[in-house]
Amino acid sequence: MTQDTFPSKLLENAVTEFAKLPGIGKKTALRLVLHLLKQDKEDVHRFSNSITRLRDEIRHCKVCRNISDTEVCNICSNESRDHGTICVVENIRDVMSIENTQQYHGVFHVLGGIISPMDGIGPADLEIDSLIKRVGEGDVKEIILALSTTMEGDSTNFYIFKKLKESGVKVSMLARGVSIGDELEYIDEVTLGRSIINRQLFEQSLGQ
Amino acid sequence: MYIKELSVINFKNLEQVELEFSHKLNCFIGNNGVGKTNLLDGIYYLSFCKSYFNSVDSQNIRHEEEFFVLQGQYSRLDEDENIYCGFQKGQKKKFRRNKKEYKRLSEHIGLLPLVMISPSDTSLIMGGSDERRKFMDSVISQNDRQYLDQLIRYNRALLQRNNLLKYFAANRVFEPDNLEVWDAQLVMLGEKINKRRQEFLGELQPIFQKYYDFISDGHEQVTLEYQSQLNEGDFEGQLKEALQRDRVLQFTSVGIHKDDLELKLGDFPMKKMGSQGQKKTYLVALKLAQFDFIRSVNQAMPILLLDDIFDKLDGERVEKIVKLVSGNTFGQIFITDTNREHLDQIIPRVGADYRIFRVTDGAVTENGNNNGGEPKVVENN
Ligand SMILES: Nc1ncnc2c1ncn2[C@@H]1O[C@H](COP(=O)(O)OP(=O)(O)OP(=O)(O)O)[C@@H](O)[C@H]1O
Ligand SMILES: [Mg+2]
Ligand SMILES: [Zn+2]
Repeated sequence: MTQDTFPSKLLENAVTEFAKLPGIGKKTALRLVLHLLKQDKEDVHRFSNSITRLRDEIRHCKVCRNISDTEVCNICSNESRDHGTICVVENIRDVMSIENTQQYHGVFHVLGGIISPMDGIGPADLEIDSLIKRVGEGDVKEIILALSTTMEGDSTNFYIFKKLKESGVKVSMLARGVSIGDELEYIDEVTLGRSIINRQLFEQSLGQ
Repeated sequence: MYIKELSVINFKNLEQVELEFSHKLNCFIGNNGVGKTNLLDGIYYLSFCKSYFNSVDSQNIRHEEEFFVLQGQYSRLDEDENIYCGFQKGQKKKFRRNKKEYKRLSEHIGLLPLVMISPSDTSLIMGGSDERRKFMDSVISQNDRQYLDQLIRYNRALLQRNNLLKYFAANRVFEPDNLEVWDAQLVMLGEKINKRRQEFLGELQPIFQKYYDFISDGHEQVTLEYQSQLNEGDFEGQLKEALQRDRVLQFTSVGIHKDDLELKLGDFPMKKMGSQGQKKTYLVALKLAQFDFIRSVNQAMPILLLDDIFDKLDGERVEKIVKLVSGNTFGQIFITDTNREHLDQIIPRVGADYRIFRVTDGAVTENGNNNGGEPKVVENN
């Protein structure tokens, strides 16, 4: 489809924006836009508002960097959770996967990625310093590393472990029931739940 | 373990072939370009889920056709196994064991152990060190998943470390903490891989020597040696020592990715000094040693494919090889040749069960056996 086949500049703009979304091609974008055009104005406004507000008002919890509507997310502000245990994850989807297992009652720390030189991501681009600071400040007893079992996940684990060594905090990682190379997101709940319960000391995992 | 029946449709130049094999010695005879090697490749394919020669599956379909099918009826540890492989253009290839489709092809590899000796193996001698590392890796990882995993992770860590070195150079920075994590991974994995390769060569070397001596009647002195920077001293120290150089090169200059096999004839490199027949003898001995290794780690006896074994070798050596592989330390064997002369001389002396097939332009007919009775016409086209 060439650009000049659009009868309207407004239509074209909307299609172009939709087509920027992951997994959406020009054809699908056009279908979605035409669908929206058929809806009531209020519905479409609600739709566009929700996106604008999402972008404008979303916050990252100042404690764990999880996505939140408030300054401190509802996991971090929940008194009944164990604030002495921090599970370190790559992204928000991992928080959701672990929450779904209902086997974990501690709190989280969201790194925002893993170290990968080929993608231009170094330790400074991640929430590692804030984690170290958090451990230094509070009554943290245990850090559970729950990054993906890829080479990059392992390297990030190792980096964090080195940084935390002096603090004396216990560092553990998910049990390797999870097969090597698996992304957390794709592991079923039962397996993931089990590997949190059966976590092992990080040091013991070295040289496995 | 052996293949009892093979059925082929549209694989390379083979339009439709159905064959019954001897459990011991099978020979494909025919002129150049008729499809002898392709038949071996079909058998190879059923073991490794890919062609020995061409990894682009669409090119393995007979010209002008849309699909190929390979099917083998095997006897493995006294059980019948039916292996089916079908590939249609534009689709994922299907692999089935006893009608049940595999989820992953890697689940199949190793079930039907097999060693192929082919003229293209000369790249092991003539090619770069990567060919020889590939040889070590493919033999070891056939029965050692952990090794394969370590190797994949090592290569990934290496790629990341090299990227980091490039980043340092491009931004004129140096972050030792960041480099350290990759060094640690390389050292941990590299040392394990080095140890495994050492063990492997330790097992392979004497068997190789034995076979070379046997085939050449002990006339030549050859050596096979594993070379690694890691054999010289500790890896971590060497990485540290090489750091300045690596930063300039923006590349990791020490590690098991530099390993090689040293192949020598007397005191000289085989590559430069070996005659064609000596090189071939070297490769055959190496592959037969590989066969022994694979047999020792497998429950099932591997199949041996000998493509163009008569080429470049003198009559004495060929007869020694055929005698050797006809003995009971080897199982089922497939041999190709352009005429019967060699085989007609050798086979009676060897005295093993055999079948001979004549290949003409993509079609195959049985041309003799020692099962008694008339040679059975298997395919007439
Ligand atoms: N996809 C394909 N479709 C049709 N023919 C093919 C295909 N791929 C290869 N061939 C043909 O197969 C023939 C080669 O067969 P093969 O290598 O088995 O010969 P060979 O009998 O081993 O000969 P030689 O004695 O020279 O080694 C060639 O003529 C080649 O063109
Ligand atoms: Mg050939
Ligand atoms: Zn929080």
